[in-house]
Amino acid sequence: MAEPQKKSFLPVFLNGLITENPTFTLMLGMCPTLGVTTAAMNGVAMGLATTFVLVFSNLIISLLRNIIPDKVRIPAYIVVIASFVTMIDLFMQAFLPELRAVLGTYIQLIVVNCIIFARAESFAAKNPPLASLADGLGMGLGFTCSITLLAAVREIFGSGTCFGLQVMPAGYQPMAIMNMVPGGFITLGVLMILVNVIKRVAARRSEERKEEKLA
Amino acid sequence: MNIWLVIIIGQILVNNYVMCQFFGICPFLGVSKKVDTALGMGLAVTFVITLASFITWMVQYFILVPLNLQYLQTIAFILVIAVLVQVVENALKKLSPSLYQALGVYLPLITTNCVVLAVAVNNITDGYNLLEATMSGCFSALGFTLALLLLAGIRERLELSNMPKWMQGFPGALITAGLMAVAFMGFGGLI
Repeated sequence: MAEPQKKSFLPVFLNGLITENPTFTLMLGMCPTLGVTTAAMNGVAMGLATTFVLVFSNLIISLLRNIIPDKVRIPAYIVVIASFVTMIDLFMQAFLPELRAVLGTYIQLIVVNCIIFARAESFAAKNPPLASLADGLGMGLGFTCSITLLAAVREIFGSGTCFGLQVMPAGYQPMAIMNMVPGGFITLGVLMILVNVIKRVAARRSEERKEEKLA
Repeated sequence: MNIWLVIIIGQILVNNYVMCQFFGICPFLGVSKKVDTALGMGLAVTFVITLASFITWMVQYFILVPLNLQYLQTIAFILVIAVLVQVVENALKKLSPSLYQALGVYLPLITTNCVVLAVAVNNITDGYNLLEATMSGCFSALGFTLALLLLAGIRERLELSNMPKWMQGFPGALITAGLMAVAFMGFGGLI
């Protein structure tokens, strides 16, 4: 196992939230991203469920990082992750049955969400518990924000509402395709183009600033 | 006979796990840059899903249901899948090194391919018997392979075309996938 690196809470948290946003930069966890985002509320619920699993699995795996032998680490991680997924699944079945019915299999599929696995492997297994907690929280909330954004866009165009509130004028004809599979792919594609353009502009700006300083 | 036709056409075209239900998007976008890698991944997935459907069905009805442990379904299934992938990897390494060379890199990825778990869970939810579950697994996986191959073929062509820089890579692939999904919607009324 690698030496524990000194990383403070905030930069790690922000790294997950913005710099390495799991959806738009790392392209991880695409299935729930596209599958449940027909309404903004579903996006929030899915994001928070994933965040819960991510935070606790990161914490536990980080605590166990010197105990788990390297050879069996993947099954070990899976058991930890699957336990938390089962917890949130049973919790939702008991207290939020309607939401559970909408999200369906996707809650169980948090187990195979690559974000959680990737963070366990690439971060929690090498870093102390507090930093791993921050990483889980940042990544989880970054994921929540981006899928809520995607869901809100799809809901606005697909149903004319946002979080259930009417936002489009009364005569608006909802675009049904936005609620279906193609709409999901295309909306995400368009959002990624926007993110790319913003990043390129930002990179050019910072280069210009550097040149100004040099001059 | 009828149910077989429903399963075959249903799983490959009408309810294609990738194009109509949003499962397995990560490998769908991740390994669809070249047709041969897509074919390798598709074959590896087909192999694992067919076996996994068979075994998870038995785990559900011979272990979990008699012991009243259905709430452990997620943990049990994912462990079966992880172990299965490991076994397949080791077996291939010994039995067919050339096949292992071709599929090797994709095998570990299959554990986190949500199609595998989704098929296993849906087989139980849909109340299939053992044979139907295995068949449904096999044909869902073939549907996945079909979608993957189609996208890979299109993306190989896209490489040669002159796309704006901000659309290259994933955004272009996503929009292509969106248009493919529109085409797959055309199969909607088939069953």
